[in-house]
Amino acid sequence: MIRSAVVILAALFAAALIVAFLDLPPAEIDLPAAVTANMAISGVDHPVTAVLLNFRGYDTLLEIGVLLLALIVVLAVAPREEVAAPLVASAADPVLQTLARIAVPLMLLAAVYLLWAGAHQTGGAFQAGAVLAAAAVLLHLAGLLPGWSAPGLSLRGGLAAGFLVFLAVAAALLTEGALLQYPPAWAGALILLVEATLAVSLGLILAGLFLFLS
Amino acid sequence: MSTGLIFACGGAILFVMGVAGVILHDHLLRRILAFNLMGSGVFLVLIGLAQRGGVPDPVPQAMVLTGIVVAVAATALALTLARRLFALTGGYTLPKDGDE
Repeated sequence: MIRSAVVILAALFAAALIVAFLDLPPAEIDLPAAVTANMAISGVDHPVTAVLLNFRGYDTLLEIGVLLLALIVVLAVAPREEVAAPLVASAADPVLQTLARIAVPLMLLAAVYLLWAGAHQTGGAFQAGAVLAAAAVLLHLAGLLPGWSAPGLSLRGGLAAGFLVFLAVAAALLTEGALLQYPPAWAGALILLVEATLAVSLGLILAGLFLFLS
Repeated sequence: MSTGLIFACGGAILFVMGVAGVILHDHLLRRILAFNLMGSGVFLVLIGLAQRGGVPDPVPQAMVLTGIVVAVAATALALTLARRLFALTGGYTLPKDGDE
């Protein structure tokens, strides 16, 4: 009874949303044109990277802050019965282990390429970080990397580096008048610095979300 | 009807399926999955509506890129809380109103 009522209401809701979409007038603000007009001073050649790290840089700053916060809460809440997670090497498949040993260096290479490509085509810190995290998860699933129990000092530094470097750059640029308002001459180098640390930290945080829980 | 609009309508359907899933299912894992479905629907709506004129808009694309990573972190956080609940109560369902 309740079930069918929910399904009917949901269908009506979906229909209303779709009718609203079809009836929507064109946007009054032409954002793509504004982005294209300012690409020259952004320091990069790819519009998505320019939006992520220059025009809407504070969103990305807050986002890496949110990720760090999520990881800290995960560390605080996760049950910690097993102090040192056992390495599951004996049970792991030798084919998988060999494949992981071959794939992980290539994944690292792909991550660096994605990071570098972000300046002028599709790619960037997020994709690079995701590939790094996937490499760590693959190593863990193949039994080559033990799960993480509690982060040591260097791991904590790596996890926080992206946020801290980004925050330092944002604070240093406050003299320019606004948060993350890059001077056009320095924009490319600063964005590369922020992106490189972001990629490492994102990779560690995303890998940590998996490895601290396993 | 442009491709972007089809994506947006698909996103709306996904979102509503997610809402119904959150309401109908008791098991927390299913609720987390339904919540992810809602998030994916919102991402599709954002991207699709912005490019319904045929021109891709980099601003919502960048927002969705951040959103995907935040959604992964939020899912991991939700799974951690669900595991904690399992460790404390032995079940994956929230207590109903009334029973204590």
